[in-house]
Amino acid sequence: MADVTFDSVNVGDEPIQLTGDPVSRRTLALYAGASGDHNPIHIDIDFAKKAGLGDVIAHGMLIMAYMGRSVTGWVPQSAIRSFTTRFTAITRVGDQITCTGKVAEKMEADGEKRVRVEITAASQDGEVKGAGEAIVALP
Amino acid sequence: MIDRKHIGRTTPPETFDVEKGRLRFFAKAIGETDPVYTDEEAAKAAGYRSLPAPPTFGFCLEMETNSLWDNLEAMGVPVGKILHGSQTFTYHEAICAGDQITFETKVSDITDKKGGALEFITEDTTATNQNGTLVAELQRVIVVRN
Repeated sequence: MADVTFDSVNVGDEPIQLTGDPVSRRTLALYAGASGDHNPIHIDIDFAKKAGLGDVIAHGMLIMAYMGRSVTGWVPQSAIRSFTTRFTAITRVGDQITCTGKVAEKMEADGEKRVRVEITAASQDGEVKGAGEAIVALP
Repeated sequence: MIDRKHIGRTTPPETFDVEKGRLRFFAKAIGETDPVYTDEEAAKAAGYRSLPAPPTFGFCLEMETNSLWDNLEAMGVPVGKILHGSQTFTYHEAICAGDQITFETKVSDITDKKGGALEFITEDTTATNQNGTLVAELQRVIVVRN
């Protein structure tokens, strides 16, 4: 991984882009098993229908995991100081998520040089599913 | 409406092992192909003790605890009515395979919008490793569709 330095990064840069595979029922089954989140709204269509959702929906944390991948594809994970996401829309089977990140702020905190990156996860039709940000420390 | 008396509710601490196989399974599930997350040699070359847990994996271990289900049951909220509103992680130290992580969760707030049609349960969790080091803090906001 190329070393990203504080001086090489400017506010407004968009260093993060990642597109996941389309979300399938298999994706949700694998994520349920691996994550330990067995809420039936993600894996049991009968339950999801009874809950008024029409079909199973993706785990919000699957979307945040893609967003996390988009950050660790840019800087080493050890650089991440915080990571937050609001889940703004339901992700459904067939949605393909693209994560993009923009440098919003450069700062110094706790004796470190840090940048705040705003990260958006959106589906193929542009609907924002997750809106978040990460604070990363850079050398 | 959820009784606001539950603000401040705590659940007993629970401890879980961070397992290599589980981390590899998680990497597969999220499409992570960086060998740092699946190959122990690559992880060590990158400076980790063993395979590191990806940034959001702490939430998964937290979900192994009974805290969410216990809180929902106490509040009388059916699982079919909840959605994940937001999630925040603050990182202090890496979580790696072989670690034992203890989670302690507290209900820090309960609010509502739209005349109670939506309620928001905020839970704050500390994650501490086998050495007593605070490795991460987690905050989840659960949305209840009334």
